[in-house]
Amino acid sequence: MSVHIVPRKIYFSVFAALLVLTGTTVFAATIPFGRMNDVVAMTIAVTKMMLVLLFFMHVRYSSRLIWVIVASMFFWLLILLLLTLTDYSSRSWFGPTVIT
Amino acid sequence: MATNAEAIEQGHAPESAHTALAHQFDNLEQQREAGTLGMWVFIAQEVMFFGGLFLAYLIYRMKYPDAFMAASNHLNWTIGTFNTAVLITSSLTMALAVWATQAGRAPKVQVAFMLATVLLGLTFLSVKAYEYHEKYTDGLIPVAGWFNPNREILSHIPANVTLGQYQMFFWLYFAMTGLHALHMIVGVGIITPIIFWAWRGRYTPEYHAPVENFGLYWHFVDIIWIFLFPLLYLLGAHFGKH
Repeated sequence: MSVHIVPRKIYFSVFAALLVLTGTTVFAATIPFGRMNDVVAMTIAVTKMMLVLLFFMHVRYSSRLIWVIVASMFFWLLILLLLTLTDYSSRSWFGPTVIT
Repeated sequence: MATNAEAIEQGHAPESAHTALAHQFDNLEQQREAGTLGMWVFIAQEVMFFGGLFLAYLIYRMKYPDAFMAASNHLNWTIGTFNTAVLITSSLTMALAVWATQAGRAPKVQVAFMLATVLLGLTFLSVKAYEYHEKYTDGLIPVAGWFNPNREILSHIPANVTLGQYQMFFWLYFAMTGLHALHMIVGVGIITPIIFWAWRGRYTPEYHAPVENFGLYWHFVDIIWIFLFPLLYLLGAHFGKH
């Protein structure tokens, strides 16, 4: 079998990184950065997600086919979020009567 | 080596046949790859499922930022942080359970890691239940007739925020954390027979696809929480004490 066994050391390192990042995001949230609070929080969340995806979920060691599925997953999510936001963010251009 | 299908065609039992090998696959590796691919397609679908709720959150958040900050401030971020750590730890024990099957460790080692995962999952759900009850006693259940915030909470709602906007935050809070909790309850249900089979010694380095695919599901649920936690709990952390 060509199953890649991830060494336990990597799992423990990822776990430690996830806990540190959780602490960081909590701490960062107590400082008023204005709009940057969201950017900081989401950057940390995306980093944590990548760690879980690549190592706990073995994407780093998976076939190209799995990479395509994961990439298209993000692509579809972006279509959902961004194309819908083009609508909501442009409604105010047409004055209050259009908004319901 | 003759493949499974060829061996069956020739009318005799395949040499390398494993009891877990379904007849439509040539060998366990092909079966495993097909299973993993199917699991990832399912997860992509789940991302779209949760994506709709994240989209709703994003739109209302952009429309009523002050209401969301004030309402978020009512959530207990200490409890949220604790639960985040619990869930991350359960992801670690699940990753180690997959490792134990891949490395061919004894059934009791595999079972121990999976039981730890279940216990941490149940801890998370118990804390969540406590939080939901707290929302109930505070009158923050966002359905008609139940949404009746107490005076103390009402006094903290900013003047430019309507009660309806405040209610919408809690509607999204319950929808998102509720769907997430439902996934964890389903997860505990799915892992139970897997633990039973692990105890019976079914999972070996050759065959452990159920453990691996359940691991993918469990880590996915963890990722959803990684986003829910800052978006719901930490949004108002710098807004002022409640």
